Amino acid sequence: MTLPAVQDAINAVYVVAVLVFILGLKALSGPSTARRGILYAGVAMLLAVIATFFSPGLSNFALIAVGVIVGGLGGWYWARVVKMTAMPQMVAMFNGMGGGSAAAIAAVELLGSLSDPATSGLSMAGAIIGSISIAGSVIAFLKLQGWITSKPIVLPARQVLNSTVLVVGVGFGGYAIVVLQTFWLLPFYVLLLLYGILLTLPIGGADMPVVISLFNALTGIAVGLDGFALVNGPLGDAGYAMVIAGVLVGASGSLLTLLMARAMNRSISNVFFSAFGAAEETGGPIQGQLKSIDAADAAVMMAYASQVVIVPGYGLAVAQGQQKVKELADLLESRGVSVKFAIHPVAGRMPGHMNVLLAEVGVAYDKLFDRDEINAEFPATDVALVIGANDVVNPAAHRAGSALQGMPILDVEQAKNVIVIKRGQGKGFAGIENDLFYRDNCRMLYGDAQQAVGALVSELKKAD
Amino acid sequence: MAADLWTALFIALLAVFTGYEVISRVPVLLHTPLMSGSNFIHGIVLVGAIVALGLASTPTEQAIGLAAVVMGALNVTGGYVVTERILAMFDRSRPKGGPK
Repeated sequence: MTLPAVQDAINAVYVVAVLVFILGLKALSGPSTARRGILYAGVAMLLAVIATFFSPGLSNFALIAVGVIVGGLGGWYWARVVKMTAMPQMVAMFNGMGGGSAAAIAAVELLGSLSDPATSGLSMAGAIIGSISIAGSVIAFLKLQGWITSKPIVLPARQVLNSTVLVVGVGFGGYAIVVLQTFWLLPFYVLLLLYGILLTLPIGGADMPVVISLFNALTGIAVGLDGFALVNGPLGDAGYAMVIAGVLVGASGSLLTLLMARAMNRSISNVFFSAFGAAEETGGPIQGQLKSIDAADAAVMMAYASQVVIVPGYGLAVAQGQQKVKELADLLESRGVSVKFAIHPVAGRMPGHMNVLLAEVGVAYDKLFDRDEINAEFPATDVALVIGANDVVNPAAHRAGSALQGMPILDVEQAKNVIVIKRGQGKGFAGIENDLFYRDNCRMLYGDAQQAVGALVSELKKAD
Repeated sequence: MAADLWTALFIALLAVFTGYEVISRVPVLLHTPLMSGSNFIHGIVLVGAIVALGLASTPTEQAIGLAAVVMGALNVTGGYVVTERILAMFDRSRPKGGPK
């Protein structure tokens, strides 16, 4: 084949890949088709990557092969071995890798064609967004992994400091283009990465899902911008594929970020600029005291209930207690107790996190209820069993002046009895005291979720 | 502005609407897998990384290009496996690890 014919064939593959990407994304947004969706997207990716290898004029094949094999096997292995509970931070990490890749591509472009103002401007935009995305995603990963505190880290004069870093960093980049000296790209990248870190440090753990989703959208935009920069050069057709896929993710990711923020009653600017949870609650002291209960009493209370609603939270995921919860639900049901699960949209660290964990152990879908469906049922519920959840059941959300005010919560305090399984007396992820625990109808069952639910199961078995 | 850039701009505009339309009615249950899935799709950056490294001439460009390819490949395979693992749990026909 002559070279143009090769390029035509590659372009045809790109066209097919883009079409399959869109179909895949569409399928991913429906429950029954979601699995097919990721398969479609995977096929599209494979086609696009293989086609790119045959691009005329490509060199450095050995390096490319090494990079693809090292990164590919590394990502595959890492994603395989990680525990299901660590999925949110893995999404953050792999998203950061995409952002880093986009920033690095922009760097190669800038080094090669700094003199072309259109290309270098676009590359620089991709570099800015990609750098913020990788630095921010890595911080999000470290916070969720618990390697740095998930509490907001607030530096003095934060807004001024952050804006200065951003403006000076972008200034270095602009200067590099004006004087055509690639040296200035170095401080440009350093400051942009620093900006990504500074932007993410003050964000509390409760907001992480929104943040990860936003960085995901940002990486998409960075990839799209890189694509723009590439279409001008040789092998520009790969650029079009990047523009479409990148912008597709940028747009759908932005929408998804808004939907998630809305589910938590937070705005994006609120998430990034308010250091949510950093300030201590100022309201008056909470009335009442914590009352504990032992597993035997709690088991009896549930065994003779007519309806039990289980409210799972991140503590359950951390303790890997979902299997025990399924056993508990089965035991209660065998005694004729109606068991339902109340899933808050942001229970855990990500929307859908709890659904996934419970589905893993075989809890039927029709037992999972979302907030709007289940809230009306709490007054008719004998026992609400809260397992490792805190902020999503905090009645402070109904109180004016609370940092949680307006966040939609599960109204468990309306149940006749509330049993809260909790490791200790600490606060929730948002760092706010929970006065639910001090209510008259609330009992604390201290312990790690798996062990506490396990104790309930064995007490229930004894009761037979 | 070069003609190619205008073409890309038209394409980008259509992609914005496509992205918005395609997921505008998604249930909360699917937020996480969808985020993970779109995380995989921007792994298309690997294509750009291969082109960038393939056209790199100086050692500096090659080193940065190699980093781009490694990170892009991590994004692709990691994003795919994570999404696949999340979605596998939604599959009713093959319940995993259930007691019965």
